[in-house]
Amino acid sequence: MNAKFLVMLALAALSVGCSSQPWVMPYERGWLADPLMSLSRDPISDNYLQHVHDVREAARGASVGQGGGCGCN
Amino acid sequence: MQLTTRFGWLCLALGCAVLPVRSAVLPDDRADMMYHYYDGGGTKVTGPALLVRKDFAEQVSMYASAYTDTISGASIDVVTTASPYKEKRDERGLGIDYLHRNTLMGLSYTNSSERDYTANTVSASVAHEVFDGLTTLSLGYVVGHDQVGKTGTAFQEDVNRYQYKLGVAQVFTKSFLMNLEYEGVLEEGYLNSPYRAARLQGLLVPERYPGTRDSHAVALRAVKGFESSTEPGQLVSSLHLGYRYFSDTWTIKAHTAEVSYERRLNTRWLIEPRYRYYRQTAASFYADNFMTEMTYMARDKELSAFNSHSLGAKAAYSLFEQRLGLDRATLNFSYDYAKFSYDNFTDTRSGKAYEFDANIFQVFLSAWY
Repeated sequence: MNAKFLVMLALAALSVGCSSQPWVMPYERGWLADPLMSLSRDPISDNYLQHVHDVREAARGASVGQGGGCGCN
Repeated sequence: MQLTTRFGWLCLALGCAVLPVRSAVLPDDRADMMYHYYDGGGTKVTGPALLVRKDFAEQVSMYASAYTDTISGASIDVVTTASPYKEKRDERGLGIDYLHRNTLMGLSYTNSSERDYTANTVSASVAHEVFDGLTTLSLGYVVGHDQVGKTGTAFQEDVNRYQYKLGVAQVFTKSFLMNLEYEGVLEEGYLNSPYRAARLQGLLVPERYPGTRDSHAVALRAVKGFESSTEPGQLVSSLHLGYRYFSDTWTIKAHTAEVSYERRLNTRWLIEPRYRYYRQTAASFYADNFMTEMTYMARDKELSAFNSHSLGAKAAYSLFEQRLGLDRATLNFSYDYAKFSYDNFTDTRSGKAYEFDANIFQVFLSAWY
């Protein structure tokens, strides 16, 4: 048995363990559905700001909003 | 070794398969109508935007988007090398999401067109919830094809783009979650601007870029919710933190840090002050003024070393609930002030290092139904 196999076995055990007892119960999840807990509360606004950044910065990707096109200069 | 690895994957798959399934949800049915305004660095960009999303049979959600930029004035690149201009960009998007138990699959198409630039993008994504819905794994693949032109000439070149996304969102407690995301972008083709020029011993010469660029970005975001002190059990505010690291084969490295605080003031108003910091290093083939001719030469300020600070706020005002056939509607305002400071990009008009500030404004109406 190699290390990779042991890691996978541990992950599998963990997944089964977690399945029997979620650490946040369904009745405790009200806040998680609230817009305040959302990573992107207003997609149209985030997409626009992302586009503003995309055309002025070299970095791209892994953003909350998705910019598009060019609109450079 | 291969067998044990396969067995390990099988155990992992079985472990996931026996998880009690909590169905994922489709995005909200919602319509947004926006007007946006940007004024900075000699350029003014304004226009409307629309985003409408509707589900069907609680399994399929479709959206359509339209976005227009009307660009006037001229940035520093244009001021020093060409004439001011007026330009318009139209972007149209269509997308569909399909929900099957705890898996959400998405497909979308976007077209962006300007007089001298056309971009077509197709994307596919899968998000799967495991661990009783507390962990969401997501995968995405995007293919883009751009056509670059030059106004008034027959010049035309292509750019192909391939994006790979991988993400995991994790709920830790009833008021704390984190999201880790990776995105790799592979580009090939004509990656510079046909209008911009480099400086060689003070003289303007055409820019020359490599024909490929690969980049990697990793972002970690966290959201923490806070309870109301006057109404126990009620969520009243949240703190959002984000950090992104970026690097590419042009030797650019960039750091982005974001923080925002969202708070409900009362039943009508929700406010969100925020701050964003961005810093990047220069591309290996960037120079403000080349002393000798190089294979690749760029003088694009977006490839130079610079930093920017952005401070702003967003406010949402609840117009009504359960009226006109709508669940609710809000009127939203957003303003950001941004300052860009370049380390090694000279404003040839003044001889000083270039810097500029920008005002970014949005007003939009949102309705849920």
